[in-house]
Amino acid sequence: MLALVPGVLFSYFVQKIPEIGSGRVLFESTPWVPALGVSLGFRLDGLSLLFALLITGIGVLIFVYASSYLKGDRYLDRFFGFLLLFMSAMLGLVLSNNVILLFIFWELTSISSYFLIGFHNRDEESRRSALTALSITGLGGLLLLAGLIWAGNLAGSYSIGDMLNHAEVIRQSAYYPVILILFLAGAFTKSAQFPFHFWLPGAMKAPTPVSAYLHSATMVKAGIFILARFTPVLGGTALWQWALMGVGGFTMLYASVLSLAKRDLKGVLAYSTISALGVLTFLLGLGTDYAVVAACVFLLAHALYKAPLFLVTGIIDHETGTRDLTRLSGLGKALWPAALAGGLAALSAAGMPLTFGFIGKDLIYEATLHYESGWAWYLTALAIVTNVGLVAAGFLAGFKPFTGKVQEEFRHLHLPPALLWVPALVLALLGVVFGLFPGWAGAWLTEPAVKSIFQQYVPVQLKIWHGFNTVLILSLATLTAGIIIYLINTPRFRKSEFITVLERIRPGVVFGWLFIRTKQFAAAYTNFFHDGYLRSYIIKIILFAEALLIYELYRGGPFSVDFSKLSPVRFYDVGIVFILVGALYKTLKTSSRLTAVVCMSIIGYAICLLFVTYSAPDLAMTQFTIDTLTVVLFVLVLYRLPPFLKVRNVKIMVRDAAISILFGGLLAVICLRVLLEPTRYNISDFYAKYAYTLGKGRNVVNVILVDFRGFDTMFEIVVLSVAAIGVYSLLKLRLKASEKE
Amino acid sequence: MELVLVCLIGILYASGMYMILRRSMVKLLLGILLLGNATNILIFLLGNLTAGKPPVIPPDLKVFNDIYADPIPQALILTAIVISFGLTAFAIVLLKRVYVLVDSDDLDDLNTPEEEDI
Repeated sequence: MLALVPGVLFSYFVQKIPEIGSGRVLFESTPWVPALGVSLGFRLDGLSLLFALLITGIGVLIFVYASSYLKGDRYLDRFFGFLLLFMSAMLGLVLSNNVILLFIFWELTSISSYFLIGFHNRDEESRRSALTALSITGLGGLLLLAGLIWAGNLAGSYSIGDMLNHAEVIRQSAYYPVILILFLAGAFTKSAQFPFHFWLPGAMKAPTPVSAYLHSATMVKAGIFILARFTPVLGGTALWQWALMGVGGFTMLYASVLSLAKRDLKGVLAYSTISALGVLTFLLGLGTDYAVVAACVFLLAHALYKAPLFLVTGIIDHETGTRDLTRLSGLGKALWPAALAGGLAALSAAGMPLTFGFIGKDLIYEATLHYESGWAWYLTALAIVTNVGLVAAGFLAGFKPFTGKVQEEFRHLHLPPALLWVPALVLALLGVVFGLFPGWAGAWLTEPAVKSIFQQYVPVQLKIWHGFNTVLILSLATLTAGIIIYLINTPRFRKSEFITVLERIRPGVVFGWLFIRTKQFAAAYTNFFHDGYLRSYIIKIILFAEALLIYELYRGGPFSVDFSKLSPVRFYDVGIVFILVGALYKTLKTSSRLTAVVCMSIIGYAICLLFVTYSAPDLAMTQFTIDTLTVVLFVLVLYRLPPFLKVRNVKIMVRDAAISILFGGLLAVICLRVLLEPTRYNISDFYAKYAYTLGKGRNVVNVILVDFRGFDTMFEIVVLSVAAIGVYSLLKLRLKASEKE
Repeated sequence: MELVLVCLIGILYASGMYMILRRSMVKLLLGILLLGNATNILIFLLGNLTAGKPPVIPPDLKVFNDIYADPIPQALILTAIVISFGLTAFAIVLLKRVYVLVDSDDLDDLNTPEEEDI
């Protein structure tokens, strides 16, 4: 039922084909965050259409397939929720016309794929793979965001359309290399290019429908999409070419060789997917007309053969319970529809004539041969070696399980439900139909896509037969070599030294190490700042504040105080201060709680006297009352407590003393600065002037408190009442014996 | 006199901070009280010291005709003193409660049960 959603979308996009094919671009835009230049802007051009058709079209089949594959799973509804979320995010990504929007959808695909890959969340390995995929693609996404914002600022707009118009400004900017690198980091992580490729084989922990969907048509192709989308903006420079050709070329070769060494069926497919992504990146890096046409055709061809191969793998896994290539053979009889689909897909993957894969492969050779540089033959050789690997990998996945002798344990297999094999067969047959009538695919799908990559019309005519030429010979040679390798690629060969050496060069190991180190660093950091001791928190906060104060005072430069303006020192003032300091000293030194409390009260009374001498009678009265009350409370409540703890650690005492003295000193300096400030403010004069005329009171302080700021005082009373309630309830609280522990 | 008070504020702040960094909970509370006192004097200093001229309008006048002490810092400090009493009272009772429960005045003793939880 749910397959209706992608189905309706698919038919909607299909009926747009003629319109887009005629060269039109459809726009739809609603402002979202206008202040930041973010709008819900969508564009449908040839490139978006090609991707949208793949996403929805394969989506329909995946929905059908998954409903049967995961039948009876407890979390089936959850699965479809994630899958729908992922599909919408992917559609949004290819349709968005605003880079910020594009980034949001980009991240959404990462997040929803995290849930899909980790769907079997009881399996630790599965969770770890999902996390790796999320962190790699998420990291790339953030770098991409930086690149997008930078490019958007240069272009003066976040709209992709405007960026296309201002491509020159971006390309000629001094920051172009940085933007490009950020950008490529995003694309390469998403599209699993070396050295970020390792998340993709890990992601094979996902249920097979997810692998088929993510790795044939959607998730990993997002990186390719964004490279293609921004080719007119960032492409065409030497740096672009070298980066894409270098990384893509190495990835396609590396992964194609590694794919042959895998025993797990899905592992083979994973590495051949990486290799195909490398091919696409490489072709976009070449950037010639031939190469871009080849990229668009190969993109379609790859989706049409990789998806059925994954689906067939899923059927095998579902029926036999294993994906181990050394155990699987001769299943062709029992699972004949799957064998048919797998065989057709494998032929297309191998580039057998009359399949769509053949056309794709031809175009790749055309592209490398027509590359106008002395490198043409080297690039062709690289492409041939890669393709030989892909041919062998295709056969390994599509033929190997179905041919040969049947293992005893798999003798009683019966035909899986039609819902499982029909989708695979449909896709595989589509690969053949497009192979027989390539003109359709060329005119409807490829040509508009190529046009939107180049931003100008490039004729695309795909033909079954190109005549006897170099390309044909190369194609046939590739096919032959691939079949030979497939035949000699036995388990014994797999253990050869050559492969083991390649296996050891795994960036995944480095990233795993970084992962662990980051976690260790985070733990150490947290433990340092969050050690659970109040003192150490205070010390850190105070030290930081002290550093800030020192910096600010240093920046403020030297200052001087005009001593002549200060009031004179009188002898009884000195007496008060003397008493105060003496009591303070005793408070610090004493080991008796009572003495300390009494000394505190002496300090309070001394301050009280200060207030009296300096014209603050109200303050003096308040301080006197409060101090008396505090002492009474202290004595009443705390008299039974034991004397102070005697912890004498000279080192710590010296450290604390240093921090405290620095703190006191700094605050004293701030006091001196305060003395420089103007001493009288308008607001004081205002209160003084109107205290009697408006407030009808002669004591200005009282009038301020109860009249001008009456509400403040009322809330102060509220605070005190709350404190009183707290005190009362804490005193009255009697815990039961059980709660005491 | 201002200079003397500046030194006094420095000393009060330093000893308050030193008390806060002790392990004893009572000392922690005393330290907070000392910091409060120091801050009160700091605000008082802000209003310029004026000896013997309280901000009370003489009975026969409607406005001041002489210099007078700045009333605003005084109003602020008055509020501060009262609020800090609320805080102190609550803290004292809380200390008592903690003492009843864990039978200790040592801040570090409060850490242990938390660590056992983990």
